[in-house]
Amino acid sequence: MPTIDRRLLYHFDWTVLSLALALCGVGVLSVVSATWGGRHHGLDPLVMRQLVWVGAGSALMIAAALLDYRALAAYAYPFYVVAVGLLIVVAVAGHSTGGSRRWINLGVLNLEPSEIAKLAVVLVMVRYLREEPPKGGWGLTHLLIPAAMLAVPVALVLKQPDLGTGLILILITATLIFVSGLNWRVMAALGLAAMLAAPAAWHYLKPYQRERLVSFINPQSDPLGSGYHIIQSEIAIGSGGKWGKGFLKGTQARLNFLPEQTTDFIFAAYAEEFGYFGSMALLALYAALIARGIWIARHARDRFGALLAIGFTGVIFWQVAINIGMATGMLPVVGITLPLVSYGGSSLIAMMIAMGMMISVNMRRYLF
Amino acid sequence: MARFAFRERSRKVPRLGPRIAALASVIFAVLAIAAGRLYYLQIIRHHALAEMADRNRIRILRLPALRGLVFDRRHRPLVDTKPSFQAVIVPEDSPDLTVTIARLQKLLGVENLEKKIDDADDQGRPDFEPVIVAEHLEWPQVVALESHQLELPGVSLQVSPQRHYLYDSLAAHLLGYVGEVTLKDLDRLPDYRMGDEIGKFGLERSLEATLRGDAGGQEIEVDAIGRRLRMLREIPERPGDSIVMTIDLDLQRTAEAAIGDRAGALVAVDPNTGYILAMASRPAFDPNIFAEGISPSAWKELTTDPSHPLQNRAIQGTYPPGSTFKIVDSIAALMDHSVTLSTSYYCPGGIWFGNREYRCWRKQGHGNIQLHRAIVESCDVFFYEVGQRLGVDRIAAWAHALGLGRKSGIALDNEKGGVIPSTDWKERRFHERWYPAETLSVAIGQGYVSVTPLQLAMMAATVANGGTLYQPQFVREVDALDGTAVKQYPPIVRGELHIDPQTLDSVRAAMVDVVSAPDGTGHAAKIDGIAVAAKTGTAQVVKEAQGARTKETALPMKYRDHGWFIAFAPADHPKIAIACIIEHSGHGGSSAGPVVKQVMEKYFELYPPQGSNPPAPAPANQSAPATPLDE
Repeated sequence: MPTIDRRLLYHFDWTVLSLALALCGVGVLSVVSATWGGRHHGLDPLVMRQLVWVGAGSALMIAAALLDYRALAAYAYPFYVVAVGLLIVVAVAGHSTGGSRRWINLGVLNLEPSEIAKLAVVLVMVRYLREEPPKGGWGLTHLLIPAAMLAVPVALVLKQPDLGTGLILILITATLIFVSGLNWRVMAALGLAAMLAAPAAWHYLKPYQRERLVSFINPQSDPLGSGYHIIQSEIAIGSGGKWGKGFLKGTQARLNFLPEQTTDFIFAAYAEEFGYFGSMALLALYAALIARGIWIARHARDRFGALLAIGFTGVIFWQVAINIGMATGMLPVVGITLPLVSYGGSSLIAMMIAMGMMISVNMRRYLF
Repeated sequence: MARFAFRERSRKVPRLGPRIAALASVIFAVLAIAAGRLYYLQIIRHHALAEMADRNRIRILRLPALRGLVFDRRHRPLVDTKPSFQAVIVPEDSPDLTVTIARLQKLLGVENLEKKIDDADDQGRPDFEPVIVAEHLEWPQVVALESHQLELPGVSLQVSPQRHYLYDSLAAHLLGYVGEVTLKDLDRLPDYRMGDEIGKFGLERSLEATLRGDAGGQEIEVDAIGRRLRMLREIPERPGDSIVMTIDLDLQRTAEAAIGDRAGALVAVDPNTGYILAMASRPAFDPNIFAEGISPSAWKELTTDPSHPLQNRAIQGTYPPGSTFKIVDSIAALMDHSVTLSTSYYCPGGIWFGNREYRCWRKQGHGNIQLHRAIVESCDVFFYEVGQRLGVDRIAAWAHALGLGRKSGIALDNEKGGVIPSTDWKERRFHERWYPAETLSVAIGQGYVSVTPLQLAMMAATVANGGTLYQPQFVREVDALDGTAVKQYPPIVRGELHIDPQTLDSVRAAMVDVVSAPDGTGHAAKIDGIAVAAKTGTAQVVKEAQGARTKETALPMKYRDHGWFIAFAPADHPKIAIACIIEHSGHGGSSAGPVVKQVMEKYFELYPPQGSNPPAPAPANQSAPATPLDE
């Protein structure tokens, strides 16, 4: 363990820590409510497990904060290799539930390597992009290596299938490439190409292929009819109204009308019980955390630190945007967790470590 | 220069700051959109979505109310409800549905139960919602189900009330029947649900709102797979109110038995109130078969039966009144002073009018005849003369005033009005002028004239009570379940006819002699000790060929005339007025007369006449002009 400069503690970022813990608190409350079986049944074991994850996550967050982020650069590529290796292990010997193979059974916990892959991809991209781009920004040729490094985990994740994580990996890489200095013209050209390609590709698909694509996007589509999840989620959120139905009183979640109420649709369960003001408060917590991340990026001492902060802030933002967009019916259903709130050890711990690294960047902006 | 500057700027190495700022603006724009969407869902659409959430979790279990009972005027039950057993199955509770259904079918001796479950599922049955697979189980079936409970997971017995008509076909047309509510009914009746019972005919239909009560319900919270978790709220059902009718069970029975297997109708009313004491229509049907759910074949049989058992002849059968119409002529003539009691005509057995002979029923004629004897002996020629004197419109005005040719206002659907012709009517109906010869047919209640038995009964009652036309009613009172009266039905006066007492006395006196005089046509209704006033009639079914005198018994049944008999008694202070028709029975005196007599006798046996009874009420205004209508 490296020696700790006393000034470090003085500059410890309590804002990120408290926002992260507040979000974890919202998560625990929502898991309690969604699994509440009445006074006689008490707390679900899920709640205890989530509390353990929060505790472990907090410890790891502080550990990550104390670690000098500059040292991470050296471990970026090996870490990436390990993460890809775990994804391969999942593909070969993964534990499957509900038709998808996402977990490695470690006895005490089911490790979800795609969550580790998020951290690894951020690290490896930041490691590569920390170099100053040439004049005019990154050209197409510069993007070949990041694209290749992205393609491997994305392909493995999509194979599981886990479109949500694949999407996040792509979005976060794109964000980092943009911020680190993508040539405007290349960006415009890529954007135009994507815009033209998407409808054209859809147009040339046969109906059964389109259907396949839809069911690929939403592998757990309900037999009661497509859109069932979305409808139930919108009902849950809307029925909350201004002030919500109250803690433990959300019928949509409690009576199981809401699917995936502790993970992908936990936002709906929360919004049902705490209403518009509750969801605004939650949104405000995320906005504050994201704003803090951006602030850290702008005040970071070096490009590596700044991009690291942008990378983790980006993960938070994209997951929040897609998760809430999906729960409110603005986006199709893809399995993406609500960071720090959804039930699940791997995702929670990965996020806490990311926050720790962000704190680490902030703590060290005065050190030379 | 400008070109160079552009190059210079574009060649610069991008710095992080502006890019982070650009990213930040995108991020906060996206978060703002999310906040806007939440405002839309949670504030703007809150009401609709909250309702959907409740519909998700709350299932309403309806508890139909017990239908009200029906009593006769002396509080004896006519209609009640009895338990009916149904077999229901919750398919989700049966691990092996095919086996369970096979066992159930064997036990009940029925088939195709899968189809009922499939049908219910097709109609969107939620999970764990029971399906009724067999209704109206017989007792052995109930016992079989009870004793094999363990082999039938998911199957249970359910008891529901079934309408029960205690005396089968007794007063069937008046009581009516119930059936399952139709899709068409559901459109206009928001309180009804699929499978509810509704009155379809007769009193059951007219008094549906009274009898039905209010369905109760339970709000049950269910989870996403439909398991019942708890009851949130219970609204108890309110049983329907009971109805106390004006009919007398014994009198009704007597009337129906007296008509027997013949087709016909009888209406007995209290002339002082308009309350119906008995209303019979034969042939009849058994309303219980509707309560059990009538089979299509049984329904077809009922509707295609040539004797029309579903028709309530008392209000839907329209027949020429025949000679009973001479009562109308007599009142009209005396009030109009066209004829006096001493006016005499000569009856040679027929008269010539135009180029046609109009016959009297009595071939040899009645000789010189005045009004009294013309009524008693039912002389046609006398009334041909009277009719000519009066003209059709005067006759029509009085007939209308006496309630003929128009609906009586009884609270039953599909009442027929009948026809009282007049010059106006003919102009409207045929766009033709009235021929004086037609007045002759009208005067003896033939031709275009048609009335219902109920109308004739009300006419008899009006003559009996001194000129008050009541609206016939068959309900006296509505009682709550505990027997307290909720609503009374006082008599309703439809019109006061200002008929001179002398006129009425003369007509009544003649009607008494119809029964008691040696040459009267209504001997058959003679009762010892009670003065019965009556008039016979014969309603022609087919017009006789010119000059022919066919013997009734030589005709096929369906061409034979209908026999009428109207009566009231006691003549000086009437308590009962009756009209009876027996279809295709020939002369009314011999066919309908004995029926009326039996009903009268039964009535006076049940309600012995008391000498102290006040006479029929005197007319309200004796000096009024002789206009028939004052409503």
